[in-house]
Amino acid sequence: MLDVEAQEPPKGKWSTPPFDPRFPNQNQIRNCYQNFLDYHLCLKTRTRRGKSTQPCEYYFRVYHSLCPISWVESWNEQIKNGTFAGKI
Amino acid sequence: MAHAAQVGLQDATSPIMEELIIFHDHALMIIFLICFLVLYALFLTLTTKLTNTNISDAQEMETIWTILPAIILVLIALPSLRILYMTDEINDPSFTIKSIGHQWYWTYEYTDYGGLIFNSYMLPPLFLEPGDLRLLDVDNRVVLPVEAPVRMMITSQDVLHSWAVPTLGLKTDAIPGRLNQTTFTATRPGVYYGQCSEICGANHSFMPIVLELIPLKIFEMGPVFAL
Repeated sequence: MLDVEAQEPPKGKWSTPPFDPRFPNQNQIRNCYQNFLDYHLCLKTRTRRGKSTQPCEYYFRVYHSLCPISWVESWNEQIKNGTFAGKI
Repeated sequence: MAHAAQVGLQDATSPIMEELIIFHDHALMIIFLICFLVLYALFLTLTTKLTNTNISDAQEMETIWTILPAIILVLIALPSLRILYMTDEINDPSFTIKSIGHQWYWTYEYTDYGGLIFNSYMLPPLFLEPGDLRLLDVDNRVVLPVEAPVRMMITSQDVLHSWAVPTLGLKTDAIPGRLNQTTFTATRPGVYYGQCSEICGANHSFMPIVLELIPLKIFEMGPVFAL
């Protein structure tokens, strides 16, 4: 998992996750979870192909802004233990 | 905040709340008119000396008092739906904050830039300074910028809570396993209070919400963030 500091954009560039038309309703849990999955999928795919993982930063910033950190920590713990239920 | 014995709504701090106050005045006026009409009719019925034992049907009156209420209901429904859809408008937010309910305090996460996470507990009565508001003031307020659309993501770590700030026209349930989104734009700086609005146990009345809205320029200077 890449270091958090390395993911930080330069000041003034990143504002906040934009409106995502895939998730227009009030319950944004899928928005948060999907971006978390997309980040890990992106990392896995690009690392496998030997490319830079810098474009995956977008997904990281979105889920970091939207998801409660306790959820993220527990998901990361599950990934480390190999018990994460999502497809990544 | 509300003052003692306040009956009406608090002054609006967001455009949606301004609309809601106007709608409330409109609906309440209709309600008062109907109530007074009915009370007057009742009064006349009870105090008249006239008698008529011959009334059979009154088709014209029946038609009027069916059509007129339908029209009145439409006049109430149209502004109501207009405001309902207004609250759902897509408004590109410039800032996202997460608010997580616990028993019995709130956790706020500012994770757009860096990671500022803090708890917000009600000030116990013994810790109040002179001038502080009992049952309303907290140790760490939620500092936000004025005139910037803010997106609040609200959830709970344990039981149901509800994050409410009346002056902004906000009340969103904090439900475990769900991440509710609400957006608002504040129009004036100040300190605004709200209270947990879903019964959540012994200290449900003792987990208030305090927003401190400051000008955008000062907010951008970063007094909030320990970066």
